[in-house]
Amino acid sequence: MTNIDTGARKGTGTRSPKPVQSSTKLKRIHDRRFALMILPALLIYALFYLYPTLSNLRYAFTEWDGLLEPRFIGFENFTRTATNDDIFRKVLGNNIEFSFLVIIFQTAFSLIFAIFLLKNTRTSIALRTLYFFPTILSSVSVALVWMFIYEPNLGALNTLLRGVGLDSLALSWLGSETITLRAIAFTQVWFHTGQMMVVYIAGLQQIPQELYEAAEVDGASRWQQFKSVTWPMALPTTAVVLAYTTIQSFRAFDLIYTMTGGGPNNSTNILVTLIYQSAFGEYRFGYAANLSVYLVVFILLLTWVQRRILRTKY
Amino acid sequence: MFYKVSRVLSLTLFALLILVPVMVVVLGTFKGDLELMTKPLALPEQWTLNNYRTLIEGGQITTNFRNSVIVTLASVVLTLFLASLASFGIARMFHRVANLLFTVFLLGLTIPAATSIIGIYDLFDSLGLRNTLHGLVIINIASTLPISVFILTAFFRQIPLELYESASIDGASPWRLYRSIALPLSRPSMGAVAIFLFVINWNDLLYPLLLITQSDLKTLPLALLDFRGEYAINFSMIFTAVMIASLPMVVMYLAMQRSFIAGLTAGAVKG
Repeated sequence: MTNIDTGARKGTGTRSPKPVQSSTKLKRIHDRRFALMILPALLIYALFYLYPTLSNLRYAFTEWDGLLEPRFIGFENFTRTATNDDIFRKVLGNNIEFSFLVIIFQTAFSLIFAIFLLKNTRTSIALRTLYFFPTILSSVSVALVWMFIYEPNLGALNTLLRGVGLDSLALSWLGSETITLRAIAFTQVWFHTGQMMVVYIAGLQQIPQELYEAAEVDGASRWQQFKSVTWPMALPTTAVVLAYTTIQSFRAFDLIYTMTGGGPNNSTNILVTLIYQSAFGEYRFGYAANLSVYLVVFILLLTWVQRRILRTKY
Repeated sequence: MFYKVSRVLSLTLFALLILVPVMVVVLGTFKGDLELMTKPLALPEQWTLNNYRTLIEGGQITTNFRNSVIVTLASVVLTLFLASLASFGIARMFHRVANLLFTVFLLGLTIPAATSIIGIYDLFDSLGLRNTLHGLVIINIASTLPISVFILTAFFRQIPLELYESASIDGASPWRLYRSIALPLSRPSMGAVAIFLFVINWNDLLYPLLLITQSDLKTLPLALLDFRGEYAINFSMIFTAVMIASLPMVVMYLAMQRSFIAGLTAGAVKG
């Protein structure tokens, strides 16, 4: 074997390898050239994504209308937002309700459909393809189609409800302070359930068949099999699904922006839409930047809580 | 018994929940608006291409379509090139800096896009990149590099070192190793990344909304928003625009369902 081989092998295995002299030199030369390959991507990403993210953080400590010089005001935005900001409090409540609904229903539906469509039969594969279909559409398209469904006078849903005599249920789906947020949450679930179902199917197919066979021998019912085999074995997948779903629910900007713009009376505003509206609708850039700090904190907090729950339970 | 009934019922219900709206939209593009509103599920009394004709003759949507094609293609190709090069470098570098750089890229995965919009608007404004298509391409690349590097590095790390050895002995440069060994091997992963980049970039609303105000530079999702206002009550027109905007992705999805499902699931964190 040559020096190059041994040096290379040792290099991957341990942190600080002590390879032979000549190969270290070669590696150093190579490392430099490999580093050059990372450089273009790193520069673009650092300059156009990381840097604006950091400057966003800087603006959180200013009062700024987007035109004149930003004025540094310390933690004033943060304290005002935390202590004396009714709209923020309302929007935060909306966001929690929205995310909670989406997380519960999307996770439940995607798990149920994954169990139903687990076997690779022809019908299962066809249905999976159909359920996944909304994922490839743009959220603006999805929003526009659901605006038609929810349209109060001639929309599909209310026409259907009136047709079967349920006139009292024919509501103003997009103009109500109480139900519109839930109607959009439903659209969000419709939009992404298929994708999460695929994640679940991949996870469930890893569960060894013997476990089910053993459970069946013991005379376990379907529900018992689910409780003692499927659910605990699928926990890692559930963690992934929950993480994805949470992030997606916080990013539901497009749907809300298209369908209601946050109205009526801020009842469908969530943090991301409020950030956009404060900056580009009301020219309160400093305030908006401070909201985005809160947004990051809430996402981190929620992810942490989910991990804790999943870990302590099992 | 209960299991079987509830299985069939719920599967049928969700299938209808997707199929029926799709049918209403597709049929609606061949109807007048009044007919769409009164008989959404019926076949058109008289199939007509009027909606398509009006939209395309208006000219706006063809411009939007062209913009979307340019921005998406450029973003996908450049991101793939930059990300694969960087991932290969990270996977094959022995120095511990490689891990640090990888973590720096990961950072971008955990930050939601909405938290940087003010910084991005400000930067692109001062660089004169607002209302330009290349500005849009740049932010698309910068924002999708983290997820692409994440997936591709995981792949390149799996390539056994032995595969590079014989070439190394022949004195092949890192660039040669990348081009003639790593790239050909990585075709499936590159394909998966390419697909989700296509879908993300084609469908993106946030960045065009942030950076583009000039109507001849708008991409399809942004233009759809305008159609919402312009044809406020004319849903058959809106559906026709939705149809034109979605068709490329739908055709690609039907042609390569498996790769689409795999690719989009790999990129789910971003979606």
